[in-house]
Order: sequence, then structure tokens, then C-alpha cells
Amino acid sequence: MAIGFEVNGRAVSVDCAPRTTLADCLRHDLKLTGTHVGCEHGVCGACTVIVNGDAVRSCLMLAVQAKDAKITTVEGLSMEEGLTPLQTAFKKHHALQCGFCTPGMLTTLHALLSEEPHADEDRIRDVISGNICRCTGYITIIEAAMDARSSYQSGEGDKA
Amino acid sequence: MKTHAHTSNTYIGAHIERVEDYRFLRGEGQYLDDVSRDGQWHAAFVRSSVAHGRIRSVDASAALAMPGVHAVITAADIEGDIPTIPFRRPNPTIGPYAQPVIARDKVRYFGEPLAMVLADTPELAEDALAGVMVDIEALPAIIDRESAMADKILLFEQTGTNVPTMFNADKGDVDAAFASADYVIRDQFATQRQTALPMETRGLLAEWDAQTGRLSVSGAAKLPFFNRTTMAKMMNLPDEAVDYIELDVGGGFGARGEFYPEDFLVAFGARKFGHPVKWIEDRREHLMAIGHSREASCDVELAFKKDGTLVGMRGALYINIGAYVRPNGMTPVRNAAQFMSGPYRIPAIHLDAYACVTNKTPAGTYRGPGRYEGCFFIERLMDQAAGALGIDRLDIRRKNLLTHEEMPYPLATVLPSDGRADTQCDSGDHRVTFDTCVKESNWAEKAKLQGKLIDGRYQGIAIGCFIEGGASGPQENVRMLLEADGMVSLFAGSSAIGQGLETILAQIAADSLELPMERIRVFHGSTTYLKMGWGSYGSRATVMGGSAVLDASKKLLDLFRASAAKRLGVAPETLTIAEGVAKAADGRSVPLAEVAGDRLEVDGSFKNNTPTYTYGAAMAHVAVDPGTGHVDVVDYVVVDDVGRIINSMTLHGQVMGAAVQGFGSVFSEELVYNAEGQLLVGSLADYLVPLASDYPVVRCVSMESFPSPTNPLGAKGAGEGGIIPVGGVVANAVANALQDFGVQPKILPLSPSRVWELIDDARLRA
Repeated sequence: MAIGFEVNGRAVSVDCAPRTTLADCLRHDLKLTGTHVGCEHGVCGACTVIVNGDAVRSCLMLAVQAKDAKITTVEGLSMEEGLTPLQTAFKKHHALQCGFCTPGMLTTLHALLSEEPHADEDRIRDVISGNICRCTGYITIIEAAMDARSSYQSGEGDKA
Repeated sequence: MKTHAHTSNTYIGAHIERVEDYRFLRGEGQYLDDVSRDGQWHAAFVRSSVAHGRIRSVDASAALAMPGVHAVITAADIEGDIPTIPFRRPNPTIGPYAQPVIARDKVRYFGEPLAMVLADTPELAEDALAGVMVDIEALPAIIDRESAMADKILLFEQTGTNVPTMFNADKGDVDAAFASADYVIRDQFATQRQTALPMETRGLLAEWDAQTGRLSVSGAAKLPFFNRTTMAKMMNLPDEAVDYIELDVGGGFGARGEFYPEDFLVAFGARKFGHPVKWIEDRREHLMAIGHSREASCDVELAFKKDGTLVGMRGALYINIGAYVRPNGMTPVRNAAQFMSGPYRIPAIHLDAYACVTNKTPAGTYRGPGRYEGCFFIERLMDQAAGALGIDRLDIRRKNLLTHEEMPYPLATVLPSDGRADTQCDSGDHRVTFDTCVKESNWAEKAKLQGKLIDGRYQGIAIGCFIEGGASGPQENVRMLLEADGMVSLFAGSSAIGQGLETILAQIAADSLELPMERIRVFHGSTTYLKMGWGSYGSRATVMGGSAVLDASKKLLDLFRASAAKRLGVAPETLTIAEGVAKAADGRSVPLAEVAGDRLEVDGSFKNNTPTYTYGAAMAHVAVDPGTGHVDVVDYVVVDDVGRIINSMTLHGQVMGAAVQGFGSVFSEELVYNAEGQLLVGSLADYLVPLASDYPVVRCVSMESFPSPTNPLGAKGAGEGGIIPVGGVVANAVANALQDFGVQPKILPLSPSRVWELIDDARLRA
């Protein structure tokens, strides 16, 4: 099936089978391999992308459902060289080790903080509890998100 | 990219942000499934749904008729004997228990590979699994150690037993010790079956070049060189004709990177058909196919003097290793026996450690193998003994902890030898980490809460101690090359499994070469970089790889000295070298970049078969809800001494991450089987790993008071210590919270239902 949507600010059209998940479409058809697939049943959150402003598990969404949507993947968080404030905070706080869950952590937090730049620690912890990280123990992820809030509060959250 | 404000010689020991983070954060990491080849076929595996049975037939004809399906490999496609998975640490009796790479006559566990489908896409390959008809005559399954040890149903009829090996751990005269004791405590405990669960499932991409006769396998991790040699032997190729390529690796924790049946089968398919073959494990498959671990039980005794002095330990340990002996299947068994004494001075030890085969997924290592289990057993006994003897829990530990004066301190000898029969704690004073933990956790204040009901929850605290073995031998190699652009390329035999290897090795190279870290490029893990290397297992990369870097740096600087001396026309020994510049006595100088054309290249290595022993203590403060059995970890403090800190940030990352993994072990993770040997856990909705909202407080303190004498860095392996004490410490804290009920947890996990049952049973008893 032919589907058109926008990903990271670019209009794309793909031809994929009806059963293709959005995750597989992004990874295999569009070569956006920054989105990772950790469980394929919507539990781990590694495949999270932002669809029309909402954090969505791309393994639970079919590619055809993305028709006309605006999608941001981890590659689209900073289109230029360099890191966004959230990415910089992850590095500063050692909020990643193997890096496999990291794209989903970043997209989930970017969607949250864009919508709720004043989210408190409990809210952040609650939201990010839908994403599994096996390496860090999460504490540094929460610290990084708290640190990055100020950039979202000043409207600079997506500036690299 | 941002540069660090460090001058030379200040990287080691600092809080250095990781160099690998940039690509991971931008979605530019390259993991196995991010790589594809033109014309590649995709593999999917038909796995046994029967835990124990005789194979009558495997009929692939319907699958072969399905769209996009190219081939189905079964045992019938392999000529002669089916190759078996090798042992990394062989012993005389485990030979018959090796796993064939594909089942031919008999299946022995749920998930055992029976056939491999090759198709155009992963979806078509998976579709075709339903077209492979398997007929198996089911046999009774054995799933626990009791039925295994009864030897009535045998997994391997020809051996006559389900116990491939019994290890003995021995030290001193244990009978005399028990005869002289004032008090003996005996009890039984058990830990549950788990798996390491890295976030990236396994995957492989095999390519065969018929013209050159070369095989390339991408997806290496942990020990690429051992696996390369294994593959070469199975394929009847010289070692040099096989490459193992390491990409970014989404977590290891002991399970990923061992040689698995799929390694052979995927490569076999690529060679047979001349197409690249790719396989990505799905999560359900992962849970049944990657190595399990931790299913252990024991019946052990500790003997004390009246004053709490430990005089002896004896008993039996039983490890359920699943259906076959995998490459390091014996490691948790022998480790549990050798390391159960932990940081305590026990002059007489006799432990029998039985490896039992059952119809479950074969086991291997998971972070802190055997040590986590043994620590749970002995720490539970220590608290119960303290109670019975009327001695404070801090005092009974402090009295028996190893001191600096006793180093090196020999542990029990384990036989049959797997090459590591004897070992000794290398350095340290366990009282220091213990006292630091007591102080840091504010024990005196917390002690007032013990057993109290506050806001509907019983408060409990506990402290426990651990040792962690690291720096697994025998050797590591690196190659160092001064590039034309003045950069130094470092090729390491060590593997990156998420622990920050590129940063750690660059720090060590930068300090030892007196160059900025930005001048060092680190390449690692693939067999193409070095003739021989080892990898990353047993918390070895920093000590072994890092020490090899020191060796290479010294040699590179020697070559630099010679090159610079030649240019300046002076004797090499008259030059001083600092910060990448060679200076003559008359003030003339040559910077390193200037001699780049001389092609300075050196090999560095470090040989060492003496493990390091990081050690420490941990404190848990828990709150138990008697209505639901739910346990909150209110506070958790872990203190370790790692000999020498290379990067405080990545070290804390290891310790904290391991501690939280440990909470998963204590409370929620369990691979449950039914009586027929079928795995009932098939998704991350059933296998409950810790989430961000579960354990918000972990504090860690790392010390470097007693450098290891075993290596020039003075460092010790530190990737596993964080998980080792968690079971014992948390279970003791729960017992402390529920002291009024007399609850003594003996079986993990402490799920809400189990804790509630313990409370309920206690109420009924009362």
C-alpha cells in the first residue's frame, strides 16, 4: 500500500504491506534505524516515536495508520550537528550505557517536556516508567530529564 | 564536539563524559539489525514445544511451498555427527552433556532448535514456521533438582545420571571445626531462575565468500575470538578464514555473546546457499533461547564460637543448569561453591556443589554468577545466627570480616579444577567499606525503626557484605598506531557491551601517552583488528584491556623517542618526553605528529591469571505493607572498593545499574515453568524487570583505598559487585521488618504474594 506522511520535517511516501508496523517501516523502508525494536509487543518503549505530538509505540502502530501524520524520530530531535539540551543532559548525567533504549527514552521525554515543561519528578518518573532500561537503573535518566526541563521552559528544548 | 578542559595525565580517576554517547544520542548507533546486505535471506527457527521427547519426524514440505521460502535446514541436512557447542572451561565429566547445534534424535527443552527456515523477509520466514510439521513422542519432563537427582528419568541415558559434575570446595578441617563449635545453624534456601535480559535481543548476520573461502559473522559480543575459533573448527576452516564483527551491542550482562546453536546454523545457511543470512531473535524466542541462570538451592550449615567467630561452613549446593552444559554452564556452580564464604574469614569449608540437568533452557552466566546466589545464602544465615547468639548484626559481621593484614587471603579450593581451583582475595580491608556503609546509611538512626509499623508499613534494615571476582585471565592484547594525521588509533581485543569501553581505554591511553583524549581513536571487539584477543567477560575489560594499553603506550613512546632522536641527531636517552613532545637538552623539540610518517606501530599485551577482588557492603531499608505483601526499598546504599577508579561516572553507572537489576532479581523476575517443562513466560509483560517508578533511591560510594597488586593500574573489575549483595541484604531487611511475625524469607523472589503468604502463615502459626 502507498502511504504518505511527514517524518522529521520531510514528506515521504512508502509502499508497504498492510501488516507492516510503523517501526519496521521507519527502520527498513526509510532506513531510520535510530528507532529500536526491543519487544514488539508495546512493553519496552524502545521504539517510541512522536506522532502528531504524542509519544507512540511504533511497534504497536501500523504504517498505514500513519497516513498524513507528522512523525519525529530520534534522528529528528536535532537535525543539525550537536545535541539538544535533553541529549546533552543525558550525556552529562550518564543516563545511557548500551544506548539501545535511549532513542525511546529521548522521544518519550521530549514529547512530555514539550507538552509539560514544568512536569515534576514524580510525573517524569511515572511517564518514563513505560520505557525499560536494563543498564542504568533509571536514576540518572530522571536526573537528566529534570536538568533538561529549564530548556523546555524557555522554549529552547529542540535547539541543538 | 565539546572538548574536555583536561590537561594530560588527569583523565584516570576523573568524571569523564563518554565518547560513545554522541552517536547513541543522535540515533546513529549501529546495532546488528541496523545492518543489511543485498540479497540477504532471513532466518527463523522452529523450536520444540515439547520439553522432553523423541523426534519422530520433521517435515518441511508445506513450508517449502510457501511464498518467499528458499530453504528449511533440519538435522538431516547436516552430514555426520551434529556439531556440539564447546565448553569454555572443560572438566573431565561434562563431555556427553554438550548441546548439539540442532536436535536430531531427542529434544531436551522447550525452545530447542529443530529447524531453520530461510526466506526473503523475516515476516515470510516466521509465517513458514507453521508449515514445518514436527512429530515428537513426549517423554516425562523433569524440571526441578529433586527429580533430576532421583535419576529415574534421564536426559542422557548413556551417562546414567542427571548430575554432570559435582564440585567440591574445600579448606581446612571442617569436621574438627564443627566439633569445636558452640553453635551451628543449618538452613535451606533457594533463588529463582532468571535471565540477563539485555534490551537488544540477539542477532547475527553471516556472509560467506565462496571465492576467498571466508566467513564473516556480524553480531559478536563478549568473546569474539573464542567464538571465531569455535566456528572455524565447526566449519572446518582455518581461524584466519573466519571474522567475527562487533557492532554496537545493546547490553550483555553475561548472557549475550556466548556461542549459541544459532551461531552455527545461521553461518551454515549462509555457506550452504551463498546468500547472506540474517537472524534477529524476537523477545519471546529470547526468553526461551538465550542462557538462563540463578536457579540454585542449598542446604548449608555455619559453625560459630559463642562470641560469633565463624569456624566452619559445610553443606550442599544444587544448581539447575537446564538441559545441556553450555559454554560456561559450570561457572555459576563452581563459583557458588568457591565464593559463598564471601568476605568472611572461615577457616574450614566443605561444600558439595551439584550441577543438575533438567528439561529447561540451558543455563550460563548472569552478572555475578554463583556469587549472588552464595551471598544470599550466607547473608541469610549470618542474620539468623546473630539473632540466635544474641549478637548485634553489625558486630557478628565486623568480627569475621577480612582485614588488610590477612591479604592475600586464600578462598576454598574447588575441584575438579577448571583452571581456577585456587584463588585468593588480592587486597583490601573489608572493615573499611563496612564501616563506611554503616556511616553513610545512617545506621544508628535507622536502627530505631526496626520492626516498627509506620503509616501502615513495617520498617526493616539490613547490611551485608560481598566480594566480586574480576579481571578474568589469561591475557588481553591491543595494537597502537600513530596515524598520518597525528591521531593515535587503538585496536583492542576487549569488547564493548555498553560499559563505556571506548571512553575507559581512551582515558588510559591519553594519560599514558600524555595526549589529549581527542587524539585517541578506539576500535574494538572485531577479530579483524588483531591476530588474537579475548574480550569482555568476568569484569575484565578495564583491568586486562587497560593494562595492555599501558604496555602499548610505553612501547609507542619508546619508538617516538627513537624517531625523534634520529631527527635531532642526539642519543635517545637524552630526550625528555612530555605531553606529546620530545625535547632535547638544547631546547630543540619534535612533536609526536611530526614523526607520523615513520609509521609507529606497536603491540601491547597484558598477561594475568590472578583475579582481582572488588569488595564492599550494602545496606537496605525497606517498608513492607502487610496487607499486600508489597515491599518498598526506601533507601539503599552500596559501598565498594575497586582498587583504583578509572572513571567515577561510569563506575557509578555500573554499580547503580547492577543494584537495580538486583531488585528485579529479589522481587519480580522469574522464569516460570509448568510441570510439563513449558516456559510460561513469553513477554515483558510476564518477565517483570524493574521500571523507573520502582526503585528511586540507590546511593553508591566508591573507594580506592587498596589498589590491586595484580596489575599496573591497580584497578579491579567492578561490573558485577552491585548486584551480588542485593538478594541477601534485601531479604534480611524484610525479615527485620517482619521480626514480630518471625518471618524468615528463604526463597526468592519476594513477590508480593510470597511476602503476603509468609505473613499469613506466621499469623496462622501464632
